[in-house]
Amino acid sequence: MRMQSPNPYEPTLGEHLRSQGISRRGFLKFCGLLASSMALAPAMIPKIAAALEQAKRPSVIWLSFQECTGCTESLTRSHSPSLEGLVFDAISLDYHHTLQAASGDAAEHAREEAMKEHYGKYVLVVDGSIPLDNPGYSTIAGISNLDMLKEAAAGAAAIIAVGTCAAYGGLPKADPNPTGAVSVSDIIKDKPIINVPGCPPIPMVITGVIAHFLTFGLPELDSLGRPKAFYGQSIHDRCYRRPFYERGLFAETFDDEGAKAGWCLYKLGCKGPVTYNACATTKWNDGTSFPIESGHGCIGCSEPNFWDFGGFYKAISIPTGASGKNAVYAAAAGIAAGVAIGAMNKKSKAEAASSHQTVTVEELNQESGS
Amino acid sequence: MNEVDFLLWVKGSAFNIALFIFMAGLVLRLFEILSLGRKVNYAVPKGDPMQGGLREIFRRFGTDKATFQRSMITIVVGYVFHIGLFVVIFLLAAHVEVFKSVMGFGWPNLSTPVVDAFAVVTMIALVVVLIHRLQHPVKRFLSSPGDYVAWAVTFVPLLTGYMAYHHLLLSPQMMLGLHILSVEVLLIVFPFTKLMHTFTVFLSRWYNGASMGLRGVKS
Repeated sequence: MRMQSPNPYEPTLGEHLRSQGISRRGFLKFCGLLASSMALAPAMIPKIAAALEQAKRPSVIWLSFQECTGCTESLTRSHSPSLEGLVFDAISLDYHHTLQAASGDAAEHAREEAMKEHYGKYVLVVDGSIPLDNPGYSTIAGISNLDMLKEAAAGAAAIIAVGTCAAYGGLPKADPNPTGAVSVSDIIKDKPIINVPGCPPIPMVITGVIAHFLTFGLPELDSLGRPKAFYGQSIHDRCYRRPFYERGLFAETFDDEGAKAGWCLYKLGCKGPVTYNACATTKWNDGTSFPIESGHGCIGCSEPNFWDFGGFYKAISIPTGASGKNAVYAAAAGIAAGVAIGAMNKKSKAEAASSHQTVTVEELNQESGS
Repeated sequence: MNEVDFLLWVKGSAFNIALFIFMAGLVLRLFEILSLGRKVNYAVPKGDPMQGGLREIFRRFGTDKATFQRSMITIVVGYVFHIGLFVVIFLLAAHVEVFKSVMGFGWPNLSTPVVDAFAVVTMIALVVVLIHRLQHPVKRFLSSPGDYVAWAVTFVPLLTGYMAYHHLLLSPQMMLGLHILSVEVLLIVFPFTKLMHTFTVFLSRWYNGASMGLRGVKS
């Protein structure tokens, strides 16, 4: 945590990394990793390196609202010694609840000072959703989340909504949404917002997005505001278990022969086919694995409303409501209506029979005789 | 409403509404047909109506030579798309899961590429019967808007399902949502269009066969 007074000479990122003992080789390796994870051509690596080296350390203010600190945990638990962490060190993280040493007034003072000094230039990172029902549900230093977000967003160059809570409301917004939680983009409309969803997001993706912002500006976003470089493909598209899906081989339970053989987890509720994230390629824990590799289906955590997606262990195609019961009620209603209509049909039939007038032979003869 | 909200809506309330209309309509129409009843026939039966009815159910799967030669396209392509629809609707893993969730029991599925191939053949067959209907003067004359509605609500779920599986045009979430929505439209119009023949076809075959069987006539 950096709390130094304004420095007339601001070192570039490259200079800062070298002062931290990062070799040129290590730095280029990181740039290469970044380029491949953003699906950029290898020719772009020197450009990324050059741009990153020249980048001035931007002031970053990190606001945590209704969150579980999982996003920060994810970032700090990135494999060590981590270049991602160092790049993060190389930005001027002027305010972050969990990571800052300062507390109380001093902490708030640091935030206010950074906002004033870098007005219009700082990057605002938000994790956690914002409660709208009652401002008292979540406050920092007596300031409601809504007020703090509005104030901090006013001077931000861009906002990065880290985690599904900040990006789409996440767990706090899950039905019945007791706090009236909303996402950053529900409140802030006049600033560029980059959503980096995930519960938590992959550390490499968080730092990758920040690096992209430093080097090339705003990344290209999809319809849900996510950088296409990391969220461009579904988990299903890149899943190593995809061949089993194609062959129609599914694990039926978590301990059957199919599960042991590593078959597709679709029937066990895997949300991979409708979830966009980089887990299947970037993986977690220093590239060790990702949930599907450990035998659990994707829960779709980088998608809006994933908590209310119909159950983590129900296949995507399954309707979310109580359809069986509904069908029985419908059949009962159908029978009731059928009985009513049947009775009406019988009645009109009986009426037709009773109003039927017979003709006698005499009457017929009369008519023919006249 | 974003893609996920849309998908949740079609999987939740929209599906429940569609299923309710489908089930209520289905039961209502079957009940109405059956409750109409027939006058008791006091004539001495000359044969077993049940035997005649059951025989007719199976006999009409086949066709006589003259009819076959006259309506070859209708019969062959008709069979192709009916079998295709059966395979696609009942034997795709994702669909079996839906039936399991609604009815409480499931059955084995075919591998996805096999079902995928059936879906393609079925779509081609449906396009062929539509072209045939439009080009054949008698068929075109006999076709009502209901016939085209029934064709469309059958074809669109196939197409959207195929596109959702192959990630074509739209995002898979959006396409899956559209696919489920198109099935819901199918469910809603089902009991009130000629699609109802799915449930009445064997009933009417049996009825015809039984009335002939009672008279001791081989239908």
